[in-house]
Amino acid sequence: MSDDAAVRAHGLTRRFGALVAVDHVDLAVPRARIYGFLGPNGSGKTTTIRMLCGLLTPSAGEADVLGCRVPRDAERLRRKIGYMTQRFSLYEDLTVRENLEFMGEIYSLPRARRRARVQALLAEYRLADRQRERAAYLSGGQKQRLGLAAATLHEPELLFLDEPTSAVDPQSRREFWESLFALVDGGTTILVSTHLMDEAERCHRLAIFDRGAVVADGTPAALMDGIDAAVLEIETDDPRAVRGALDGVDAVLSVAQLGMRLHALVDRALERPAERVDAALRAAGVPARVRRTAASLEDVFVAATRARPE
Amino acid sequence: MRGARSFARVVAIARKEVRQLLRDHLTFGMIAGIPLIQLTLFGYAINQDVRHLRAAVADGAGTQAARWLVADAGASQVVDVVERVATPAELEALLRAGRVSVGLAIPRDFEARLRRGDRPLAQLLVDGSDPIVLGAARGLASLPVARRFGPAAAAAPGPPATFEVRAYYNPERRSAMQIVPGLIGVILTMTMVLFTAIAIVRERERGNLELLITTPVRTWELMVGKVVPYMLVGLVQVSLVLLAGWTIFDVPVRGSLVDLYLGGACFVTATLTMGLLVSTAAQTQFQSVQMAFFFFLPSILLSGFMFPYDGMPRAAQYLAEILPLTHFVRIVRGIMLRGATLGEVSRDVWPLFVFMGVTLTLAIARFRKRLD
Repeated sequence: MSDDAAVRAHGLTRRFGALVAVDHVDLAVPRARIYGFLGPNGSGKTTTIRMLCGLLTPSAGEADVLGCRVPRDAERLRRKIGYMTQRFSLYEDLTVRENLEFMGEIYSLPRARRRARVQALLAEYRLADRQRERAAYLSGGQKQRLGLAAATLHEPELLFLDEPTSAVDPQSRREFWESLFALVDGGTTILVSTHLMDEAERCHRLAIFDRGAVVADGTPAALMDGIDAAVLEIETDDPRAVRGALDGVDAVLSVAQLGMRLHALVDRALERPAERVDAALRAAGVPARVRRTAASLEDVFVAATRARPE
Repeated sequence: MRGARSFARVVAIARKEVRQLLRDHLTFGMIAGIPLIQLTLFGYAINQDVRHLRAAVADGAGTQAARWLVADAGASQVVDVVERVATPAELEALLRAGRVSVGLAIPRDFEARLRRGDRPLAQLLVDGSDPIVLGAARGLASLPVARRFGPAAAAAPGPPATFEVRAYYNPERRSAMQIVPGLIGVILTMTMVLFTAIAIVRERERGNLELLITTPVRTWELMVGKVVPYMLVGLVQVSLVLLAGWTIFDVPVRGSLVDLYLGGACFVTATLTMGLLVSTAAQTQFQSVQMAFFFFLPSILLSGFMFPYDGMPRAAQYLAEILPLTHFVRIVRGIMLRGATLGEVSRDVWPLFVFMGVTLTLAIARFRKRLD
């Protein structure tokens, strides 16, 4: 195992009864980078994170996190990681400052350092003026920042964020990501799960999860370049008719509507796909303009997840 | 038409309810378990016809007739003579420590009393803190003896009563004296188990626990940290009941307050660790309330708080010995009513420590810093 990887997993598997929640996942997460888990709900992202934190015992496979074997060395690992759960899991009936002080005490930070860290984080995450407010009264974005402050209080080498921004507005999300990049600049490795494409695009590297398995991984750019399909953009006045017309065409893998436009993924083997689709639409009597376009991450996601048999 | 639709919806809701009920094992258990437990425990525990009270004898006469009297008292099955001592003072000490509930004191002039027949033959010293026990002992007062002591005694006018009953600790037979001390234990059992159980289960419900178990905090640190504040809460409750008992019901504390609080602290801790154990099994706050109820029911019925321990069958007594409340009721009645020291009731202190140790160990062993 090379030293530059913060997390390495091989054949990581977790079953809950008959359900295989995570199915032979291999991972290599580089240090000081943001690594994304992209996938829909129930695709195994949270279960994988919980296994890597030592909260769940893998049914099979092995994982090495910051040089600790999990779950065997989970207790040793706890001081080196921070974990932000999907749900706000600090105490709503404690104030902002009390929550941070409490976490500092749990991580046994010396008094002076604790004071300094709490002060610095309150300022950094713009919570100073709300420090005496109970956490229950914070807005979604403020709760998110408090969660991140609590998870980074003890300056962990590795941060696990489980869908951290699913409950906040786009403005808060953007600020949140700026904070993440600041942490990475300081050398922290971040592993973040999301089902949002724009978030996934900000990651240095991505693993796409589908029904418990990693179906693609790489940098967002490489994933978009290497998409296993041709992407067509179709402009039309009648998107429903276009969908209907393309339904019967074998080479068309999927069609997604974006307002009055459609993105169609077409089999790579098909030559001159734009012309072929244009012809098919014309034959069906549906007027539309068809042109080839670069793949978006969503196209990559659709292509990767539909490639597997049910 | 409208009626038929309505009916169909009622059926739909009823069917859904039955399905959910069958899947909620705890509630289902309560439906069957509560009546069965209630019935058996009440059936066992309510036995006003108390027999086999533990008794000690101080025989000052030492004659054949005196031995006959003791044998007759034993044959009545109301008392079991378990100890023999030399003086009435030693009888009082045994009573105070709660080792016996009845003392038979046979005076030196027993034979003379038997001949003259003008005074009771002997004294019955009774722990009056439990009225049912006192009532049973009173039944012995008129134990017929003449037949045993031959024609000479039969010819005499006969004593006004065989025994003179002296009720200790509660001579006025006030029920507050019996109830208030034990009530401290009942209230603590009810609240303490629930407080700790809910304190941990609430964190699980709100998602705090998932965060907490990824930190370096150790299981025992979490458990002890949870218990300590509630120990103080428990002692505050002890003070409230004591104060109310003293001001409203005029119930005294005859022993030392320090002993009382020390005994109270042991009992509070034992119930709190029980709460921790409940919290490792319950997933929701409601479940912990249900489980606490299963613990509370036998505690209140078998502890001797409501019905005398001596009246219960052997099996119920064994079960009662496990419950912390049984021991605390004895400790608190001993210290408050009989003026006993903690040392004198130590036989009921160490079982609390055993209970504490077992439940805490089980709770720590069952609690996992894992989600699987």
